[in-house]
Amino acid sequence: MLTILFDGIAYGMLLFILACGLTVTLGLMNFINLAHGAFAMAGGYVTVIMMNRYGISFYWCLPAAFLVSAAIGLILERTLYQWLYQAPHLDQVLFSIGIVFMAIAATDYFMGGQQQLINLPPELSGRMDVFGVGVGRYRLFTIILCAILAVVLQLILSKTRFGSRLRAAVDDRRVAIGLGINVPVVFALTFAFGSGLAGLGGAMGAEILGLDPNFPLKFMIYFLIVVSVGGTSTVSGPFLAAMLLGIADVAGKYYVPAIGPFVIYGLMIIMLILRPNGLFTRGGR
Amino acid sequence: MLKRRTLIAAASVALCGLAAIPAYAQETIKVGLILPMTGPFASTGRQVSAGAKTFIATHGDTVAGKKIELVIRDDAGTADQTRRIAQELVVNDGAKVLAGFGLTPLAMAVGPVATQAKIPTVVMAAGTASITKASEYITRTSGTLPQYSLPVGTWAAQNGIKKVVTLVSDYGPGIDAEKWFSKEFKAKGGEITEAVRVPLANPDFAPFLQRVRDAKPDAVFVFLPSGAGALFMKQFADRGLTEAGVKLIATGDVTDDDILNSMGKPALGTITGHFYATAHDSPENKAYVAAFKKGNPDMRPNFMSVGGYDGMALIYAALEKTKGDPTGPAFMAAVKGLSWVSPRGPVSIDPETRDIIQNIYMREVKDVGGELHNVEFATFKDLKDPEKAEAK
Repeated sequence: MLTILFDGIAYGMLLFILACGLTVTLGLMNFINLAHGAFAMAGGYVTVIMMNRYGISFYWCLPAAFLVSAAIGLILERTLYQWLYQAPHLDQVLFSIGIVFMAIAATDYFMGGQQQLINLPPELSGRMDVFGVGVGRYRLFTIILCAILAVVLQLILSKTRFGSRLRAAVDDRRVAIGLGINVPVVFALTFAFGSGLAGLGGAMGAEILGLDPNFPLKFMIYFLIVVSVGGTSTVSGPFLAAMLLGIADVAGKYYVPAIGPFVIYGLMIIMLILRPNGLFTRGGR
Repeated sequence: MLKRRTLIAAASVALCGLAAIPAYAQETIKVGLILPMTGPFASTGRQVSAGAKTFIATHGDTVAGKKIELVIRDDAGTADQTRRIAQELVVNDGAKVLAGFGLTPLAMAVGPVATQAKIPTVVMAAGTASITKASEYITRTSGTLPQYSLPVGTWAAQNGIKKVVTLVSDYGPGIDAEKWFSKEFKAKGGEITEAVRVPLANPDFAPFLQRVRDAKPDAVFVFLPSGAGALFMKQFADRGLTEAGVKLIATGDVTDDDILNSMGKPALGTITGHFYATAHDSPENKAYVAAFKKGNPDMRPNFMSVGGYDGMALIYAALEKTKGDPTGPAFMAAVKGLSWVSPRGPVSIDPETRDIIQNIYMREVKDVGGELHNVEFATFKDLKDPEKAEAK
């Protein structure tokens, strides 16, 4: 029972790290970026290449995955995304789904279509017993790392000057510019940061979720559920939503395997009926 | 990158070859190879086409005075495309034989085309038993899931395994595997404590594995498509099921030779049943692996590649018998009862069902000279597809 809860939390944490970048772009920048998963995939492949081709330690791969995905995010934001901030949502969707297909085809061409596997360092594999509860070491590592990231993220957004600039830029772009906030730079940095987080999530998820060229499409639905259930105006909303989905998904598949895969969709429908704007919302937007 | 370049090179060489002999109009027979070359099942397409090309590279491109031309088309793994491409190949390109088909629904979609146009159709990869019933012009050179799930049940019952949990992907082949393994295992006195079905697009196996662990069986029988199988294997080891005394037995799809080596230590000791292993010990297979690696240095031939190779072997042998007549009725009459020695061992085509009869091997994953391989240790000889055998 507790093991199921633990697995669910680990899975939810992973979903949160993968999806929280999307929360930022969708909720704060008001841009529907379906290509979010492509950045996660980039991070995953960076890890695979570094570990399998060059034998670099897994721990170095995580920051590298973050940086590379963030860099790709920054470049794409400057060259492509920024022209579409004012475009209608349909254009954004079409544009970003196009990026997804290009990413899939490119990855398939260069890396092959097969499932990519990494071998974790020995101290992270296997499981141990904590007070009689079987705990996977890697899942524990995932939970700790993601929890720290969630707290840091929340602090950055709510306590730092950058966070308040970002919120100002989102609330009213014109006034923010008028106050001397360099909105394009703020947006670019935010976008890069969100992409980097996705990359980190992809790197960490390679072990649990697997990694192949179709990663962005496979997980797009999960990202969107997290964001739509969680609401897009805070970090804690998607965090709770991700936890809820992770636990519900794992527990559903364990206790009622026959309808397991549908549990999260059922949950999503109920949540959206009760709180159509997400778990936490500033209301009226 | 490299592969594509060699492909272009090969294609241009082939073109030059064509240009050089326009004088005597040699009749060509087009073989339309429809495979998922892109998308999630691209590795199937790559293996099958590499196997088919290896056959042509080693046996030449003429048979019974006719030139064989391979036309490879990509259906990206979607059934409506497969059907459209099959129609185009037959109507516009004049293909006389269709082959390939990576997945069951793709092969099924072509059934009506094969029947109406009377086109011989060779299934090289898809594994659900009922495919050959879709048209009387369909034959198969891969294998069927019942065919290689059943012996795993026999083996398990004979080797002191009493309680088993089955865990399969929730789609046609998975249900086939579950049904035939359970049936055989129960008939031999075993007990199935639980049957778990996993959705096809499943990101995390944690809940299902925990269920297996809590059921405390002697072994868990698994069928999953190859990519998901690798992921499963790692989580199986991570959850400490091996230490808990649960054996992993599976169909050979899970320990696919193509990616087995990258699975690492967790795969060691897995027992699987299947019709082909790269490490199969025979002179035919040694020659095949060497020829395959020559054309594809960074790939390892797996069971799909051998399906492609044998598919071409079947087409050649049938054309030899009909003296180069590729029309449906004559070709299919020639196919029935054909037998030859494949890299996987002796195989033949059942005259009644047009399905393949072959040996199924039990293998264990072992470290052979620094590489992980499926090492065969027992053989079930000349098995027919049990589902169609039973229906009679």
